[in-house]
Amino acid sequence: MDDTILEVRNLKKYFKTGRGMLHAVDDVNFSVARGKTLGIVGESGCGKTTTGRCLLRLVEPTSGQILFEGTDIRKLGRREMRKKLREMQIIFQDPFSSLDPRKTVLQTIREPIVTNRLISGEAAIEDRVLQLMETVGLAERLINTYPHELDGGRRQRIGIARALAINPKFIVCDEPISALDVSIQAQILNLLKSLQRKMGLTYVFITHDLSVVNYFCDEVAVMYLGQIVEKAPTELLFSNPLHPYTKALLSAIPLPELGPRTGRILLKGEIASPIDPPDACRFAKRCAYAIDRCNSSTPELRDLGPGHSVACHLV
Amino acid sequence: MNDQEVVLDIRNLTVHYVLENETVEAVNDLSLQVAKGKTLGLVGETGAGKTTTALAILKLVPDPPGVIKGGSIKVGDKDILGLTKQQMEKIRGKDVSMIFQDPMTSLNPVFTVGEQIAESVLLHEHVSKTEAYEKARELLEMVGIPKFRASEYPHQFSGGMKQRVVIAIALACNPKFLIADEPTTALDVTIQAQVLELMKQLKEKYGTAMILITHDLGIVAEICDDVAVMYAGRIVEKGTLEEVFNRTCHPYTEGLFNSLPNIHRRHEDLVPIPGLMPDPTALPKGCSFAPRCSYVSAACLESQPDPREVSPTHTVRCKAYDTPGFRIMRGQHG
Repeated sequence: MDDTILEVRNLKKYFKTGRGMLHAVDDVNFSVARGKTLGIVGESGCGKTTTGRCLLRLVEPTSGQILFEGTDIRKLGRREMRKKLREMQIIFQDPFSSLDPRKTVLQTIREPIVTNRLISGEAAIEDRVLQLMETVGLAERLINTYPHELDGGRRQRIGIARALAINPKFIVCDEPISALDVSIQAQILNLLKSLQRKMGLTYVFITHDLSVVNYFCDEVAVMYLGQIVEKAPTELLFSNPLHPYTKALLSAIPLPELGPRTGRILLKGEIASPIDPPDACRFAKRCAYAIDRCNSSTPELRDLGPGHSVACHLV
Repeated sequence: MNDQEVVLDIRNLTVHYVLENETVEAVNDLSLQVAKGKTLGLVGETGAGKTTTALAILKLVPDPPGVIKGGSIKVGDKDILGLTKQQMEKIRGKDVSMIFQDPMTSLNPVFTVGEQIAESVLLHEHVSKTEAYEKARELLEMVGIPKFRASEYPHQFSGGMKQRVVIAIALACNPKFLIADEPTTALDVTIQAQVLELMKQLKEKYGTAMILITHDLGIVAEICDDVAVMYAGRIVEKGTLEEVFNRTCHPYTEGLFNSLPNIHRRHEDLVPIPGLMPDPTALPKGCSFAPRCSYVSAACLESQPDPREVSPTHTVRCKAYDTPGFRIMRGQHG
């Protein structure tokens, strides 16, 4: 990859539970090129959100390396990490619970500017807040309103403005539009896209919605139970999916148009438990093509040619 | 729809929530019919009045503050709005059933799923407890859950299975009419595909008429026969699936389609609908969509557009069609 901004090697995050070790993220590897968007897709419980939080060390990984512009951020001390976080930001899923209800728009957006001592002088800070509000399309008159007075789309814009306040290079977008209505979703997606073009931002875009990925991402990693099962440039993944899970996932999207449906793959059975998983393909129980080997060893993620890698014994 | 048996007939329904210092106009002058064996998709965004419409059919609109200001709702030959509480209890579950959005909260955590399905059977059919429980086990099998799991509690089931239990409860007494309020929104795509497949099979097998409330046009394309699009408490466009999807008439419906990312055309820009839904406590005098509409004219701000027939099955509320030859940009290719 030409200019890699972020590289993740053997990332693992295990949680201790009463019934054993929960493998939320289990040996995940990927890298993101500067100015591009990597989509991480998967269903609930596949570890995509935990992966996203590990990238900023909001959740401390169990093991692995996270190289941001060549520096392993897991080796950084508290103070250095804080500094690093000026370059890395996150936008959360739920604009209803990720904003402080007792802070106005001004107070919410100015907080990161003040904490990081980026600008001094109240007038200058307010100017910067107004400038950020304009960037994300919030009307100036809303500067003294509270979150409860605003709708979901506007709240998400505040979340974006706050993330942009410290001029980050890299933003993790964790399901930024799934709590919003369809007509508002498009507004936010367009905003994120134009910000990327203008400011050269790099995104990791976490979502369960494949049609959004197709529109928004340059590269996609499909996760299943803590592991990446397939990774490819978006166009390739959609035109030539190789992993049985990716195929089922793609065929399950209800399309908003009429016409014959081609070959929906209905999965049988339920998702296996992520607690102390055995050495086997985690998808084997739901997979129509599973052979003996799938139940006795974990398939490795193998590179099959230009950027397309798959973890399946049968491919 | 004239020669078919109409199972649900709503005419000019108006539901308001009267609060201390304001009135939320949730549903305004809404009329729709569903024929036997048909599925109607009721589409709209948060606050469009979809769920209030559904609750009105079951007479479950919380009162106060909910007030049914006018109109009539007929299920089969029964006029719902005139029934007493006791009469209504007999209808719920037997004639009309509802599947709620969130399977995690619509089951009782302290009873086994078998008991919860049996409860509905016991209420409406003259059977013994054992017979009801046996029926519950059969229903579970019908929705694809092994019989022996009837003795388990909701927390032992995954989200998709809980939703299937909820469907089993709703179908326990073979209702004539089923309301499904966002039945798959809380589920993952692959599980959603399983549940939709199940609902399709049930519709074919039992000929149950259905209203499917959703914001997802993809799901509508999948299982609905007819579509009604709601905006700010009104149905702005209504027609067969083919008419609404391929010969879209209302600017709001067009806006909805344009804001969806299309899986086949990834490089096209999304065209969002500008602005926001109007405040339901202060709806404009004219068309509620006018402030966001790109075809707006002075007449739109003056008064409510009346429903206009495009074909015997296709109606649209939009003043732009007063101008002869008016066409919206999308959908004339179909």
